[in-house]
Amino acid sequence: MIINHPILGPRDAAEFVYKGDASLINRPDWQADDAAERFHEYGYLRDNSAGLHRELWFHEQGDRSWLVVTRDTTTHEITKVELARDVARAEGRSR
Amino acid sequence: MHDLSPLTPLGNAEPSIESIGEVTLEEVTDVALASVAARLGREDDTRLALATLIEVDAPAPSRHAGSTIRAFWTGPDQWMVEAPLETHEDLAKMLSNEIGSAASITEQTDAWCRFDLVGNDLFRALELLCPADTADWSGGEVQRCSIEHLGCFVLCRDPSTVSILGPRSAAGSLHHALVTACHAAF
Repeated sequence: MIINHPILGPRDAAEFVYKGDASLINRPDWQADDAAERFHEYGYLRDNSAGLHRELWFHEQGDRSWLVVTRDTTTHEITKVELARDVARAEGRSR
Repeated sequence: MHDLSPLTPLGNAEPSIESIGEVTLEEVTDVALASVAARLGREDDTRLALATLIEVDAPAPSRHAGSTIRAFWTGPDQWMVEAPLETHEDLAKMLSNEIGSAASITEQTDAWCRFDLVGNDLFRALELLCPADTADWSGGEVQRCSIEHLGCFVLCRDPSTVSILGPRSAAGSLHHALVTACHAAF
């Protein structure tokens, strides 16, 4: 499998480490009233979709950037690769 | 007063140098290193300050550039700076004075070991070691990749000179990997 790194170009998936569902970048507010419930969902509950899936990959044997990869779980086709920081900033986060 | 003698990463008094076939493998110990990581929102300030120091634009991804002080790209908005140890032993302090609060500067000199391969067709050894397309390199390229199990930077100085920076604590293992690949290729 080849991941088309947004900065470095196509790289073998063996250079990367899978880090889980992309929703993990949206950490709940620990001061919210329902924080315990939100962290339970954040830590344990995942959608297991057949089809497009957004996931975090870490370029451990490369420039160590974090990526958000959109992959089809039924075909392994990768349709989009973004830097995780760009995704977070586009969602209005500071980092 | 202690009277201590510095050792090279391989543990000798002098840097090792050896010829394997038609290539030379030498341990390089006369370079000071410091890392520069731009702080959030200060990326352009860092790039400008770095450009002043190395007298050319801050290197683009996978590139290195400079003159007496050189920099190579290590990640988004991050660089490693190299300078002669003889004149720049306090490189991190100097960078900190020049770049100020725009970036985080970390002393790196003793964290790394460096081996330079000199000779023709170096890609024949490098292709056994790492997944970089070194056959296409002509000078100015850098890539971080795994050699054996070690995260290393591979820099192409010119078509017949390649530097490999690896963790100093694993200098012996990296050296063994390089020697083995050179014996196999040359």
